[in-house]
Amino acid sequence: MKKLTADKLFRWTATAAGILILGVLAAVFVFLLIQASPVFFGDRAAAEKTISSFTGGRTTSFLAFVGPLIFGTVLASGLALALAFFVAVGIALFISHYAPKRLSSLLSYVVDLLAAIPSVVYGLWGALVLVPNMYPVWQVVNAVFGWIPLFAGPVSNPPRTVATVAVVLAVMILPIITSMARDIFVQTPLLQQEAALALGATKWEMIKLAVLPFGANGLVSASMLGLGRALGETMAVLMILSPGSTYGIHLLTASQNQTIAANIAAQFPEADSLGVSTLIASGLVLFVITFIVNYIARRITKGGGKLTFRKKEKK
Amino acid sequence: MRLSHNDHSECVQSAQPWRRILRTVLVGTSASVLLCGLAACGDNTPSPSLTQSSAQAQGSYTEKLSGEFAAAGASSQKSAVDALIVGYSALQPNIAMSYDPSGSGAGVNTFLTGAVAWAGSDASLSDEQIQSSQAVCLGSTAFEIPVYVSPIAVAYNLSDYGLNDSSVHMSPSTIAKIFTGKITSWDDPQLKKENPDIADKLPSLEITPVWRSDKSGTTKTFQTYLHHTAPNDWTSEPSETWPNSLGQGAKGTPAVTMTIGQAQGTLGYADFAQVSGLGTVAVGVGSDYVAPSPEATAKLIDESAASSDSLGADGRFVIDVNYATQESGVYPIALVSYDIACPVYKDARTATYTKQWLTYALSDAGQKISQDNAGSAPIPQSLREKMLPVIDSITAASSGTAAKN
Repeated sequence: MKKLTADKLFRWTATAAGILILGVLAAVFVFLLIQASPVFFGDRAAAEKTISSFTGGRTTSFLAFVGPLIFGTVLASGLALALAFFVAVGIALFISHYAPKRLSSLLSYVVDLLAAIPSVVYGLWGALVLVPNMYPVWQVVNAVFGWIPLFAGPVSNPPRTVATVAVVLAVMILPIITSMARDIFVQTPLLQQEAALALGATKWEMIKLAVLPFGANGLVSASMLGLGRALGETMAVLMILSPGSTYGIHLLTASQNQTIAANIAAQFPEADSLGVSTLIASGLVLFVITFIVNYIARRITKGGGKLTFRKKEKK
Repeated sequence: MRLSHNDHSECVQSAQPWRRILRTVLVGTSASVLLCGLAACGDNTPSPSLTQSSAQAQGSYTEKLSGEFAAAGASSQKSAVDALIVGYSALQPNIAMSYDPSGSGAGVNTFLTGAVAWAGSDASLSDEQIQSSQAVCLGSTAFEIPVYVSPIAVAYNLSDYGLNDSSVHMSPSTIAKIFTGKITSWDDPQLKKENPDIADKLPSLEITPVWRSDKSGTTKTFQTYLHHTAPNDWTSEPSETWPNSLGQGAKGTPAVTMTIGQAQGTLGYADFAQVSGLGTVAVGVGSDYVAPSPEATAKLIDESAASSDSLGADGRFVIDVNYATQESGVYPIALVSYDIACPVYKDARTATYTKQWLTYALSDAGQKISQDNAGSAPIPQSLREKMLPVIDSITAASSGTAAKN
């Protein structure tokens, strides 16, 4: 009888926690919506004047104001993910399958430690150490890959550019992805791995056949968690990037892009009430982007699940 | 922290997880509060000059006050106000005052709601704001007095070429052309012509303009200067936002000077007090070139105040800065920041406080504190004497409330 009560109690506590997170999410959304509404439904002329003052007179429409910010946000965090993903998978595989036991537990510890460093520290490191030293690197990149539009010149000095920001963001999200990927790889069923080896697979073939397909879903989740941190990252971007509001893709040139989060932090202190509404409206856009990214990730995960299942069936 | 040893061991023995968690959180919070407190103390450490000068001014603060007072406004004034707060608190130990650097516009708006005693602003009040100030000033209208003047330097970095100590000469038109991308290299013929002494040392190096990426009174002042002195080369209307994206933007003056310092060939504008280590441009005034200094800027304020027609009308001391001055030895780029206050306040305490604070900010001691801690230019004596009667006439509408301690 007593057991049953405890059981019920726990069940309702868990349910309450689940409802709470939904409530918080809804509250955030409603808050953003209410705070942002004056921009869309209030005095048209005043809203246009505010947006004009944010953009130095370049535009008066909210879409033209927020468009380049969306582009900049997705560009910087997408690049960071591209840089971090393969390195993270490499580190995770090394820890789970290659490193000697002692080294692997040490490495795990170090990676978890990296994940706990606050972003302002990464920002300081980027602004004070990385920026003054990256210029020669970007010059080489430009000389070798300059024919790709992404790496076309001119190379800005000091390189307070999207490229440098992407490097810092990549370092920031690396431990998150690594840590999750490692936990997943470790859980690959031993029987499957041994079966692959028994059939004559090399270690790499075993990883390709057993470990990676098993971890595929988890890797997507890990990447999304990392991407989420990169999308919302404020301090590091604010401290490193020279902002601009274009759809430029020249990663090595300064004053091209800006991210939504960094723009909010930069403009908030001097914004009046309508200015704050405008910035919160851009925050709402970031909220929606994060939602879309997560949704796409879920779709990929589902599709990926089927794919691996079918392969197994064929065998 | 108040946790005794007994408390702690009992807590561990009772082994109630939620209690342990709560305790951890509490300890963590109080530790961080403590840390914050320490950090704030570090910011407010008075320089040696503060203690001396406050002793001189002791006499005029006989009316003791207590309580909390708030002000808000321009972030440009923050370092000066912070230092002044330390000095003023030494005279009035029972008050706690705060300054929220929320920006000029936000500060004035807060002032107009009556939430703060006075506001700091980089811009004078608009007619509309004067009108709406009647509500908070009980029928009278708000006034502004200049309390903080900061020279704005055009700073550059050519340290690898040994040019940071020799002030490169630039006319207003040259500066405007650089910031609009018409002059892009340090060995441009125009720059060589203006700098015959170091013409062969000027490198063939790209000029990277650096500007403020956040809204700023400094940006507006700098643009207004270019707008007045080089109207053909600077066609944008002055505003708090930088109008183009040539070169690089950075948030706040410290980030601007850091960016300038991180590469060769950079050039940007920043408060003079914060450009140490960088080269500063001597700007063309008449047939002369003048390097930035508090003294040369004080001359500008003196001259501008003399030529401002309506100075002091309705108690308002709005300085029409004469950016296009031709006077020799005058440095022409300066940010003038005002304190905005009411002639009449609802309660006597606020009236007395505002009167004392403004008097203190304009006193010799206060001006010296600003200069030592924020690198501001002193407000000319003659101008200060004109403003003091206006401050002295601040009164309270209701009588008999406890003004004395």
